[in-house]
Amino acid sequence: MLRLVFVKPTKGKVMRKLIFKDIQDLIIGSLGIVAFLSFFVGGVVSIQTALNIENPLIPKNLVGFATRQSIILEFAPTFMSIILAGKVGSFITSSIGTMRVTEQIDALEVMGINSVNYLVFPKIISMLLLPIVINFSMFLGILGGYAATIYGGFSSSADFIEGIQLDFRPYHVVYAFIKTLVFAMVLATIPSYHGYYMKGGALEVGKAATVAFVWTSVVIIVLNYFITQMLLA
Amino acid sequence: MITLNNITKSFDGLQVLKGISMTFEPGKTNLIIGQSGSGKTVLLKCLLGLHQIDGGTMYFNDRAFGDMVEEDKRTLRREMGMVFQGSALFDSMTVLENVMFPMQMLTKKSESEIKHAAEEVIARVNLENAYSKLPAELSGGMQKRVAIARAVVMKPKYLFCDEPNSGLDPKTAIVIDNLIREITQENNITTVINSHDMNSVMEIGDTILFLKDGVKAWEGSKELIFNTDNAAVNDFVYSSNLMKKIKQAHT
Ligand SMILES: Nc1ncnc2c1ncn2[C@@H]1O[C@H](COP(=O)(O)OP(=O)(O)OP(=O)(O)O)[C@@H](O)[C@H]1O
Ligand SMILES: [Mg+2]
Repeated sequence: MLRLVFVKPTKGKVMRKLIFKDIQDLIIGSLGIVAFLSFFVGGVVSIQTALNIENPLIPKNLVGFATRQSIILEFAPTFMSIILAGKVGSFITSSIGTMRVTEQIDALEVMGINSVNYLVFPKIISMLLLPIVINFSMFLGILGGYAATIYGGFSSSADFIEGIQLDFRPYHVVYAFIKTLVFAMVLATIPSYHGYYMKGGALEVGKAATVAFVWTSVVIIVLNYFITQMLLA
Repeated sequence: MITLNNITKSFDGLQVLKGISMTFEPGKTNLIIGQSGSGKTVLLKCLLGLHQIDGGTMYFNDRAFGDMVEEDKRTLRREMGMVFQGSALFDSMTVLENVMFPMQMLTKKSESEIKHAAEEVIARVNLENAYSKLPAELSGGMQKRVAIARAVVMKPKYLFCDEPNSGLDPKTAIVIDNLIREITQENNITTVINSHDMNSVMEIGDTILFLKDGVKAWEGSKELIFNTDNAAVNDFVYSSNLMKKIKQAHT
């Protein structure tokens, strides 16, 4: 199937329209939930960290530091990708799956159109924008942590800001973006595959979306392990 | 013209088509009839190249399908139109966009030429008032008409329709049948229609292939189907009380 994504491409003008539509559905449509989750989970991470520091020898700037590290390294790239496996992934599976069961894919093939390229390629291209979403998630997660820290009185604003600047390694952000790009490919392809090759009717569309979600998240978690081992250890 | 020679097709051990031979002529509405599960859709999808046949030969105007290279097959595809059982309209596109779509994808015509051609075909199926409606906003009969418009907008030489009037009331069904027949005659298309509806048989059965369990059990036309002594055909034709009553009244 992967080969079919790239051969015999769709006309440029049509493809551009499809890509814009998918960016709208997959990327822009996800910003709301990503913003909401990032802000509040960022807040919870900093509260948890603050509550676990009782030893007065531990510097107060640790709250900011720990929030930044967990959000940049894991929460934004990995956790958000899993959330998106639910949102974006099930959208992809069910929209392609519906086209399969209502014979719209057959209709494309009968017209002599490469339906794999037509349906999957624009999704892969739009998902290349996922790092932007994750960047946004990082920013809001840390902002949420800051807000919770100040509001809860766990440390001072100056301490928190010092913490998020402490021992900052740009490589960690690079690592997070590399992961994100890999996960983006997983998010575009596995759900597409399950939608494209599904059989049956409307009920099976729902089942295919569930199966696709399970596989997408399992693959993301496993890849996360190997990428982390390779790039950080 | 399409000529079939001893076509066979199985799915994992289950033989669905058991050696079908038949000729479908241009300018005529050629019907494939038979009970549910007799293999009508499978045969149609074989003709379209959506299923690969296991054995036999298919000729499209004397060109053997088996001898064609990929490029020829692609060209042949563009000479085909298909009306799917459930219409298979693209549900994110309006009526006009659905009909423009094949031309946008496959021709180099300008946008205004494409729009003009699409409007002409939509007018032909009497849907001038529905240009900007989405498929979900149309009745079943209107969806079928859009599907027909989309199938013929590229001026196909071959038109395939899978139960074009299933799920429609008898009056609308006949409108659809006649629309297909008129377009077929106007453009000298070789049209193949799947049906299990006796109304269609009587209306547009120029030639009829009767399938039973994947075998050609009978071949004829609407004039011949009511006077045959083929038991399987009679069993199918006179399965409803309505048809039985008509027969009684006649004899
Ligand atoms: N893709 C497939 N894989 C396996 N078996 C199939 C496939 N498509 C059809 N069949 C089988 O082939 C047989 C004929 O099916 P087909 O859909 O051609 O019937 P039909 O005559 O079109 O019936 P209906 O009038 O209900 O549409 C059935 O037994 C069906 O189970
Ligand atoms: Mg069928």
